[in-house]
Amino acid sequence: MKHEDKHISSYSSLAIVLAVLLLLTAFSVWITGFHFGAFTVAVALIIASVKVATVLINFMHLKFENLFLRLLVTGVFVMFALVVILTFVDYYFR
Amino acid sequence: MSISGSETQVSYLEYQGKHKGIWSWLLSTDHKRIGLLYLYAIIIFFFVAAFLGLLMRIELIAPGRTIMEPQTYNGLFTIHGIIMIFVIVIPGLAAVFGNFFLPILIGARDVAFPKLNLFSWYLYMIGAILGVLSQFIGGGAPDTGWTFYVPYSVESSTNVIYALTAAFILGFSSILTGLNFIVTIHRMRAPGMGWMRMPLFPWALYATAWIQVLATPIVGITLLMVIAERVLNIGFFDPALGGDPVLFQHLFWIYSHPAVYIMILPAMGIVTEIFPTFSQKPVFGYGAIVLSSLAIAFVGYFVWGHHMFTSGMSYNARWFFSFLTFIVAVPSAIKVFNWISTMYGGSIDLKPPLLYAISFIFLFMIGGFTGLVLGSLATNVQTHDTAFVMAHFHYIIFGGMGFAFFAAIHYWAPKMFGRMYNFRLAYIAWGFNFIGFNMLYFPLFIVGLQGMPRRAYDYLPQFQSGHVLSTIGSFILFAGLLLMVYNLIRGARKGAVAPANPWKGVTLEWKIPSPPPHENFDDLPEITSKPYLFGNISDNK
Repeated sequence: MKHEDKHISSYSSLAIVLAVLLLLTAFSVWITGFHFGAFTVAVALIIASVKVATVLINFMHLKFENLFLRLLVTGVFVMFALVVILTFVDYYFR
Repeated sequence: MSISGSETQVSYLEYQGKHKGIWSWLLSTDHKRIGLLYLYAIIIFFFVAAFLGLLMRIELIAPGRTIMEPQTYNGLFTIHGIIMIFVIVIPGLAAVFGNFFLPILIGARDVAFPKLNLFSWYLYMIGAILGVLSQFIGGGAPDTGWTFYVPYSVESSTNVIYALTAAFILGFSSILTGLNFIVTIHRMRAPGMGWMRMPLFPWALYATAWIQVLATPIVGITLLMVIAERVLNIGFFDPALGGDPVLFQHLFWIYSHPAVYIMILPAMGIVTEIFPTFSQKPVFGYGAIVLSSLAIAFVGYFVWGHHMFTSGMSYNARWFFSFLTFIVAVPSAIKVFNWISTMYGGSIDLKPPLLYAISFIFLFMIGGFTGLVLGSLATNVQTHDTAFVMAHFHYIIFGGMGFAFFAAIHYWAPKMFGRMYNFRLAYIAWGFNFIGFNMLYFPLFIVGLQGMPRRAYDYLPQFQSGHVLSTIGSFILFAGLLLMVYNLIRGARKGAVAPANPWKGVTLEWKIPSPPPHENFDDLPEITSKPYLFGNISDNK
């Protein structure tokens, strides 16, 4: 059980993460008022990625895991980003 | 390596838990029983889809109408593709042999999440049955092909939604199985089994599982988007609604090309187990095989665009995807080199499993080389959407994954069922399968190069010779498949009792009784050396 005790985050830190997520949600709504043309999807995805990373690191306790696991998860996101970039490169240069 | 105990337990086939009779199977969380549940389901669905294929071949024996109407033909090739791809070849090797042998090969008692494993099988069955039912209910059999290309799949009045939902559910099953295997391999390897002491079939399953977990959600969401477009008129892909049909093709192939590696990587892992055993020699280039599996899984993610060279993609994307397609051939070639080098100088024993494994190399190479014809931008324009693609695809999927499946079942059946099959019948069935397969698919390369389109109900008389040969081949192959399954079932029921290690293998499954005990090992084995060390051959080092 000691192992689990180490991982439990304080309520205040969880509340801060929640507030950050709500702020980012409000930001993603607010930013739709601006026209970024071809980069609209990219902007939305960047904000969503920040939110995902925040959840993974804090709520899913990635910050407590070892380097190997963190590298695996990072690798997954890099790969997903490459897939999205490749798709939209074709979409924009067609 | 030391293996203790395991003689004190009853075999998994005789084990009586808290459930009796059929429920001891349907509610079992034993990875071996779940592996067999997948096996039995896959055999049934395989013969359904193979029979549909046979009907299509009969239709194509002559130009014009032979035994069915064009719309029936469209339904048949669609459901043949959906069953074969989503129900059989994608889950096939990992779900059957991965479930059965992964825990044993890494020295574990079960997978990490046994209940989730059983749940995956139920999801699989629901998806598979829904896929078959889509052929018979509502507005008629889906006629989009297994690729569900928009805008037609949005507009077709047939049961497309049922088929899409079936594929979506099957995808979930695949994701959960992949997740289970990743956690099992990370957390449950036997004491002393470092990453580089793990046998190569688990390595292949590990690479496969990552693809299952990462790529499958993309197609799941894409199929849901098609359903949303059909039901709610949201314009994702239909140009009439402001959507982009090429985007569908991107999203579909982002999954469906890596799915080819979900099918073929476990196949490569299986033959990598077979070659050392039947050569009585360590595998050549263990590290190279591990790295090539990971390289195939990684690079395989970025070649999907070669399915879309004629779909209106940008020129830059086309040459980029073509280049990567040629790159992904390199790790596959490394594996072939390693398999042949493993046999070189070995004490080769041409038993049925090795015969199928060697056939796998031969057929997979033909599929691989013709894949380069399709991956090259200039030649793709000529061959795209012709019977050439169909032949290439079947050489990879059936010649590759299918023959590896046959190799695996002949290799591991004595362990799984504790009984031997008849070798003579196995050799005869192999002959039928090998000759029938080549006769069925090779003529399609020729007529394809001559311009015969794929998925066509009718054709010009000049293509008939090829089609007649192909149809004769399909009957020979079907006969061979029936004979093979008969021999295996007869062997499993009435064959001679199999010893624990009939092939003189050295991996962990051969160190426990046949069939394996309920929990595989009494005490977890202690791994002290690399796999594939054969004591009687001098070049083990």
